[in-house]
Amino acid sequence: MSAKKKLKTSAMIASIAGADQPTTSAPFGHALVEAAKKNPKIVGMTADLGKYTDLHIFAQACPDRYYQMGMAEQLLMMAGAGMAREGFIPFVTTYSVFASRRAYDFICLAIAEEKLNVKIVSALPGLTTGYGPSHQATEDIAIFRGMPNLTIIDPCDAVDIEQSVQAMVDFDGPVYLRLLRGKVPRVLDRFEGYQFEIGKAKRLLDGEDALIISSGLMTMRAIEAADELRETGTNVGVLHCATIKPLDTDTILEEVRRYPERPVFVAENHSIIGGLGESIASLLMKEGISVKFSQIGLPDEFLDAGALPTLHDRYGISTKEVIKTLKQPVA
Amino acid sequence: MSQTATASRADVVEVLRQRAYKIRRHALRMGEVQGQGYVGQALGIADVLAVSYFRAMKLDPKNPDWEGRDRFLLSIGHYAIALYAALIEAGVISDEEIEDYGSDDSILPMSGMAGYTPGMEITGGSLGHGLGIGVGMALGLKRKESASRIFNLLSDGELNEGSTWEAVASAAHWKLDNLIAIVDVNDQQADDKSSTVLNYEPIADKWVAFGWETYRVDGNDLEALVEAFDSALASDANKPRVIICDTLMGRGVPFLEERDKNHFIRVDENEWSVALKQLDEVYGVQ
Repeated sequence: MSAKKKLKTSAMIASIAGADQPTTSAPFGHALVEAAKKNPKIVGMTADLGKYTDLHIFAQACPDRYYQMGMAEQLLMMAGAGMAREGFIPFVTTYSVFASRRAYDFICLAIAEEKLNVKIVSALPGLTTGYGPSHQATEDIAIFRGMPNLTIIDPCDAVDIEQSVQAMVDFDGPVYLRLLRGKVPRVLDRFEGYQFEIGKAKRLLDGEDALIISSGLMTMRAIEAADELRETGTNVGVLHCATIKPLDTDTILEEVRRYPERPVFVAENHSIIGGLGESIASLLMKEGISVKFSQIGLPDEFLDAGALPTLHDRYGISTKEVIKTLKQPVA
Repeated sequence: MSQTATASRADVVEVLRQRAYKIRRHALRMGEVQGQGYVGQALGIADVLAVSYFRAMKLDPKNPDWEGRDRFLLSIGHYAIALYAALIEAGVISDEEIEDYGSDDSILPMSGMAGYTPGMEITGGSLGHGLGIGVGMALGLKRKESASRIFNLLSDGELNEGSTWEAVASAAHWKLDNLIAIVDVNDQQADDKSSTVLNYEPIADKWVAFGWETYRVDGNDLEALVEAFDSALASDANKPRVIICDTLMGRGVPFLEERDKNHFIRVDENEWSVALKQLDEVYGVQ
C-alpha cells in the first residue's frame, strides 16, 4: 500500500509557473540589460541575491556596472541612495522580506524622503516560496503603503515586468517593485495593445456578472478563473491594478460604476490587511459607493512552509480556489 | 605652491583657530535663539569643522552644488547647529539666518535635512545612515572618474548602529580611498557616557581590523588635527581613511565644559551672555 506522494517544498521554489504555461526566463534581468544599453546611468546593486533576483543576467552583460554589496540590506539601500545622489539610476535587488522588514528606515529616510531615483526590485513577494515566514513577504505592501513618495508596483507576469523596467527608468523617483523571478509566465501577450503604465489600472476583460480587481500574480489567476467561468455562462470582468500606489482611483471608480450591481472581488498575493483590498475598500467608502465586496488574499497569520501549489490551494489564491470564492454568494 | 603650503604651520593653525572661534560663536548665537540645543557638540567639534572646511575640503561657497566639490555628509542630524555654524563661517549660508534658527519656515531646522539647507548633503537624524550613503556616493564618484571626496562626520554613539559597520566593511572591500570618515568621540550619548551605554573601545583597533587607514587625535588640538587631515589626504593607501577625534563637549566655554549633563544643553537666558563672554576670553578677544 503506498501513501499518496507528498509534494516537496522545492517544487516550484524558483518559479510560480505552471507546467503548461508559456514562460520567459529572467525577464527582469534581460529587460534591465536592454534598458542599460540605452542608458549609461543604470547600475545594478544587490545584497548577495544577484542570482535569485535575476540580476545575474545584468551582471554577466554589464560586469562593470554591477555592484555586489554583500548580505547587508541596510547598506544596499544607503549605497543605492548614494549612487542616486551622484546621478545614477540604481536598481537594487534583494528579497521582499528583507527590503521591507529589515531596511525600512533606510528606504524611508535615505531614499524616499529625498525622492531619490532608486528602484528597489525585490523577489519572493507574498506567497511565492514555501520556505515559511522568514521568506514570505505577506505584509510588504502594508509596510510600504504608508511611506510617502514611494511608488509601489506589483506586476502580473513577464510582459508586465519587461515593460515596467523601462517605465521605471523613465520615471524620476523611488519605486518598489515586487518581482516574479526565474521562469515567469507570459499571460498578458494575448491582450492586444496592452501597455504597462505606472499609476494606471488596465481593464483586461469585461463581464457584467462580477469584477475582479487584482494585482501581481493574482491577475493571472483572475484571468484563468474568468476564462473557466465564461464557459459556464458567467461573465467576470478583470481590472489589473499593477500600481498599488499611487492608486488609479479614476479607472477603479469608473469600472466599479459601470455595472453597479456587480460584486467586486479584490485579489492580491498579500495579506488581506493593508494591501490593495483595503486600499480599494477605503476608496469606495470615501466615494460613498456601496457594492458587494470581497477580498481574495492571504490570511492575517504567519503562513505554513510547504510546497507552493499546496499552499496556494490552502490559502485560497490558486485558480481553483479563486473560482470557488467567485461562486460563493457575496454579502 | 599654494599659500597654505608656504605658510608656516603656526600661521595655519592661528588662522584655523580664528575660524573655530567664529564657528563656536555662530553656534552659541543659534543656541540662544532656541534657549537650548546641542551646543555642547558644536563647541566640541568646532575645531574639526574648521580644519575640514578651511583646510581639507574643496568647495565653492557661492555654488554649494558645484560638481567638483568635496561632499560633507552629516549623519548626526542633531549636530546641525555645528554644521550651520561652519557653513555660515564659510559663506554658504548668510549670517542673518541665525535669527531664524529652528523657527517656522527657517532653512535651518534643528535637525539637519538636505531639502532645507544649502550645503547640507543628506538628511541625518536617524543614526547610521551617513557612512553607507557615503559608500554609494564614493562608488558613484569613482564611476564618474571624479577627484572629489566624501567626508562623513559621525559620532561615537553612531558606532552602536549595526548599519555603520556594514558600511565600514563595504568601504574597505571597495577600497574607497576617496572616503574619509571623521568620528567625534565625546563619550556622551543620550542616556549616559558612550563607554557606559555600549562600549566600543578600543575604537581605533576596530577600524584598523576592518581595513581602514586609521588616525586618532585630540580633536581639540588644531595642530594635531591639521597633521592628521594632511596625512589622510596625502596618503596613497588604497583604503578608506578614518580620523577618530577625541573631543570635549562644550570646549571653549569653561562653565559648559564642566556641566555633567551636556548631551542636550539647556542654558538659562542670562547665561548666554556669560557663555559668549567666556568664549571671547578664551580666545583673547576683548
